[in-house]
Amino acid sequence: MATEIQLPALSPTMKEGKLLKWLKKEGDRVSTGDAIAEVETDKSNLEVEAYDDGVLLKILVPEGEVAQVGAPIAYLGQKGEMVEVPPPAPKQAVAPSPLPVAKPAATAVLPAAVPRAVPPPPPPALRAGAPAQVVQLHREEVAPEGGRLRASPLAKRMAQQAGVDLGAVQGSGPQGRIVKRDVEAAMGEPAPARRSLPAARAEPEVLALSSMRKVIAQRMAEVKPGVPHFYLSVDVDMEAVLALREEAKAAEVKVSVNDFIVKAAALALHKVPKVNVSLQADRVLQFHTADVGIAVAIEDGLITPVIRDADLKSLGAIGAEARELAERARRKALKPEEYTGGSVTVSNLGMYGVDAFIAVINPPQACILAVGAVADRVVARDGHPAVRKTMSVTFSGDHRVVDGALGALYLQEVKALLEHPVRLLL
Amino acid sequence: MAEIAWREALNQALAEEMERDANVFLMGEEVARYDGAYKVSQGLLAKFGSARVVDTPISELGFAGLGVGAAMVGLRPVIEMMTWNFAVLAMDQIVHNAAKVRQMSGGQLRCPIVFRGPNGAGGRLAAQHSQSLEANYAHFPGLKVVAPSTPADAKGLLKASIRDDNPVVFLEAELLYGVKGDVPQGELVLPLGPASLKREGSDCTLITWSRMYYHAEEAARQLEAEGIHVDLLDLRTLKPLDEAAILASVRKTNRAVIVEEGWSFCGVGAQLVDLIQSQAFDALDAPVQRVTGLDVNRSYAAVLEHAAEVNPARIVAAVKHVLYREEG
Repeated sequence: MATEIQLPALSPTMKEGKLLKWLKKEGDRVSTGDAIAEVETDKSNLEVEAYDDGVLLKILVPEGEVAQVGAPIAYLGQKGEMVEVPPPAPKQAVAPSPLPVAKPAATAVLPAAVPRAVPPPPPPALRAGAPAQVVQLHREEVAPEGGRLRASPLAKRMAQQAGVDLGAVQGSGPQGRIVKRDVEAAMGEPAPARRSLPAARAEPEVLALSSMRKVIAQRMAEVKPGVPHFYLSVDVDMEAVLALREEAKAAEVKVSVNDFIVKAAALALHKVPKVNVSLQADRVLQFHTADVGIAVAIEDGLITPVIRDADLKSLGAIGAEARELAERARRKALKPEEYTGGSVTVSNLGMYGVDAFIAVINPPQACILAVGAVADRVVARDGHPAVRKTMSVTFSGDHRVVDGALGALYLQEVKALLEHPVRLLL
Repeated sequence: MAEIAWREALNQALAEEMERDANVFLMGEEVARYDGAYKVSQGLLAKFGSARVVDTPISELGFAGLGVGAAMVGLRPVIEMMTWNFAVLAMDQIVHNAAKVRQMSGGQLRCPIVFRGPNGAGGRLAAQHSQSLEANYAHFPGLKVVAPSTPADAKGLLKASIRDDNPVVFLEAELLYGVKGDVPQGELVLPLGPASLKREGSDCTLITWSRMYYHAEEAARQLEAEGIHVDLLDLRTLKPLDEAAILASVRKTNRAVIVEEGWSFCGVGAQLVDLIQSQAFDALDAPVQRVTGLDVNRSYAAVLEHAAEVNPARIVAAVKHVLYREEG
């Protein structure tokens, strides 16, 4: 029996995908797990895998066309099996018209006495149940996104109570079902068994909002709906960073100015942990990790891969990872888990000569740093004008969970770390 | 505490209750002069005489009816069925008279009777003699259904069954008669209803009764070696059912596996799944799993019989399934 291969949701936000390339041809044998096609999603180019063994009988969506998540893109079955393809799929292969148009011309030429041997094809909507059809819907096996969210009743209740957004939780059960241990992981409670992260990372803590915080959050959201931003700017003297960078270069270690900023942004979170939070419904996630996103401009947009535990990594390691992530981001080859999460993002437009700008927060993070160019500027120093390498940094904070004074402390620490970069090496 | 076999625990219960109450008598095929097909009534004829330990012809419907009539007029019969497979012949008396007479007489009549005998597989007894029939009796209002696992539970529950003013279907297990266990000395009467939590753990609830308790216990031991700890709930009594114990455990562990010797379709386990899904839906982290005998008649051939029956490995696999820890 031939089965439909449907376009799976390859990222949490994917609604449709463009079929870039078929990696298997019609008639090719495929095994479970084989990559059969490459699809461009809203974030990256990812591969679609076969969920079953069989022969690729028919390709429904040609290269270059867009299909909705859940729409059939091909048929899989046994060698030599015939496939009845539903009437030409309308554009984007969704919602076939309820009744295919019968061929009036064909019926018209039949002599009246001859009984119609072939009944009109049933409406496509009946395909799944009609035994005469060779198509079997295979919804169970596609990723849940785009359809309903799969979660155990317990997981749903736990998530509701803890204010965890199940949409952001990766399910580890069958067909991606979100189960207790997944919610525990999202809530930061230790899941007793089966956590296979290489090194134990501190899980975020779920904190209730204080009543004052709730009022502030409400007021701010009234004034500025969405994520109510506020902004703080500071100039950072970058002479020491540049000197250190020269030394690193001499030692053949590749480090960019941005790598220093990423490390400073991460370390400063330790000093001011209260900005290392995320608002989740009526709870606050307090992170104990320092994961820093880096905004990478790509051909038709931008993406923010995350450098995990940037506080624990050396500048050289951050540099290498950042280059590797950025390179794959440009190729659209990032995996979803590489661009989700994170405590704070660094957005740097310095290379474009931008002196200063303000950035939009990347939810569910609560803050972002907008970094301008390092440039010679005349500043007052010891009562005299001096020309110094200076860089402007602007902090945007989510005012529902972060206040100006906290943001100022954090920004002050970022500045101090960059002006005394030896602290980034300790 | 003394370690005695199941058949001896039942024998003690019968002897003690017959001594205690002159209205109690035992009736069935070969219970008297042969001392019982499974030697449960060993020595009772000698002790209590042929008026109270009565051999019957091979006519289950007849002597079941005799017992129901005796119960209606004040005696407390214990009717031994040589096996519950044979009691299918007596269903009419058990279901239509014993189970209904109290309600249909508006409480004027009572039917304090115990029907007891071996239930379930006996090992290569083939299709007609290997059935687990508890679901049939649990179906009818008016009957209590008891299915213990250990000698102590068997003794304490049989005594309570004999003292109960309602008809009780008391299910023994042919393969358990020789199984030994500690039984407290002295008077032991256990109430009909409460389940027994035989093991405590927080990962999964294993629910079972009668002989399957031993398979569940073996599975629990194997799981423990892998760090999986289960609540092992031995129901002991299927009707009345200890709903509170089941729900409390499932709410604690968020998962349940039900182990039943009999067939799946309309089995007792199906009723338990319904209870759990309707009362503890929000506590569930995985669909409830059932481990039951396969849906075929028992074969005489040993290989085929084993292939169709519950074993510890299947229970272990089901527990891992609800824990989302399948191998491979």
